[in-house]
Amino acid sequence: MEPQPDFVSQLTVFVLACFVGYQVVWKVTPALHTPLMSVTNAISGIIVVGALLTLGDSWSSPATLLSAVAIFVASINVAGGFLVTHRMLGMFRKK
Amino acid sequence: MIALIYLAAGVCFVLSLGGLSAPSSARRGNQLGVLGMALALAAAVVGLVLDGQVDTGSLGVAAVALVAGGAIGSVLASRVQMTSMPELVAVLHSFVGAGAVLVGLAGFLAHPVGDLDLARVVHLVECFLGVIIGSLTFTGSIVAFGKLKELIRSKALVFPFRHGVNLILLLATLALGGWFVATQAALPLYLALVLFGLLGVLLVMGIGGADMPVVVSMLNSYSGWAASATGFLLANDLLIIVGALVGSSGAILSYIMCKAMNRSFVSVILGGFGAEASGPDERAEALSAKGVNRAGPEDVAELLLGARSVVMVPGYGMAVAQAQHSVRELTELLQKKGTTVRFAIHPVAGRLPGHMNVLLAEANVPYPIVFEMDEINADMVDTDVVLVLGANDIVNPDALENPKSALAGMPVLEVWRAQTVVAIKRSLNPGFAGIDNPLYYKDNTLMLFGDARKMVESLVAAVKGGAHH
Repeated sequence: MEPQPDFVSQLTVFVLACFVGYQVVWKVTPALHTPLMSVTNAISGIIVVGALLTLGDSWSSPATLLSAVAIFVASINVAGGFLVTHRMLGMFRKK
Repeated sequence: MIALIYLAAGVCFVLSLGGLSAPSSARRGNQLGVLGMALALAAAVVGLVLDGQVDTGSLGVAAVALVAGGAIGSVLASRVQMTSMPELVAVLHSFVGAGAVLVGLAGFLAHPVGDLDLARVVHLVECFLGVIIGSLTFTGSIVAFGKLKELIRSKALVFPFRHGVNLILLLATLALGGWFVATQAALPLYLALVLFGLLGVLLVMGIGGADMPVVVSMLNSYSGWAASATGFLLANDLLIIVGALVGSSGAILSYIMCKAMNRSFVSVILGGFGAEASGPDERAEALSAKGVNRAGPEDVAELLLGARSVVMVPGYGMAVAQAQHSVRELTELLQKKGTTVRFAIHPVAGRLPGHMNVLLAEANVPYPIVFEMDEINADMVDTDVVLVLGANDIVNPDALENPKSALAGMPVLEVWRAQTVVAIKRSLNPGFAGIDNPLYYKDNTLMLFGDARKMVESLVAAVKGGAHH
């Protein structure tokens, strides 16, 4: 069996993104490790995009309801994560 | 076109993490993250509308959910105390887990049956992985939240055959995965969801309070892998990219935390550390027979006034006592008198990577005087006074000097090399790991017993009064 071309290209994207993440995150200064966690919390709220893609064809379909709950929790992440990161970073002062 | 916008969003996310390499560029980084998210959302909504598959009712429901979630998130983020950041981060991880479970289930329910060709098998496996990783992230984060909030006791829960039980849960879930892919039935998916959720509970229950920074980083990583699995399921490159970024970020943080404790990742995950307190041995008895040097706030203030260089070592005790503001006040007083004051941060101080840095920043301590362990350890020798504020295991000389210690090999802040060490502590009770700390019995150590905040406040008052003579 030949592997699916779609899957292979997704795997390529995944592996390369892991390397990019590895390179970028090692450069983060340890003093900002807590904001790193909260900003990664925020961007993992990207699952909201996934939830939009699984919306069903009627508002009462199970897929739509599950997706709506997913959108709800993921948006808590997006708003909460970015805002708390903003608050924290505002506290880091030179003087 | 939409794929290109997704690409731009992905670039924004990479840059937002890159911005965190220095405090000066970090704010710009966060803004880029917001921009990336806005682009991604806009692209997704436009895509849906153009596609025409989704009815207006569903879009309306989605909009309501989006606004409600955003409002709740904003309230949470604007109200949270900086000392409670670990709890907030744990809750947010649980939401990513829950999101991945829901999207995985919705993805399956949208196409519950299909010809079982290779593409379908890959699809089912992706769906299964998204759901179980999401479930483990969800329950594990809830337990971590409970432990951090002290709703659940933070000590490691140890019961007989727990590794066996965990292994059985893992194998049973894999078997359910086989069943799910072979039959495309929903039941094994639901069962696996429950079993892996249970595994998440047991794993985190088995890990002690002092290992929390590793647990939280690990859950951070899992939340990323869950998002990636969802991306594979929906064939969405942006989700795959973001998941991979977050997953590797959490993995690196876990690695850094493990290294700072000289523990292997596997030993932390298997848990049980700090569950059994070691019985009194001969050395401990000899030490307690020797006794400690007690001091009062006035003695310590006198000492601080005479010092040219002071290093503060904050630990979790400072956070619990909310002493960081008084610490900043003391720092400013000493600086005005010409004393060099610096802070030394151990990577695992607190309950979250970088937790101490945020607390000090909140208390307006400027970041250029806050140093990492490796930057400042060599300077301890030339330091007149080290003030240990509610820290314990991270300043334990046994880590270097006693190969039999449970901490042996862990890099620590070598505070005992300074001329005088002052340790502020409630009592001589050992820390989380139940390990005695010989630092307190050293000749150049003074013990200032009491609540960290009250003691620092008395130090501030005594220094202001020019001490007692």
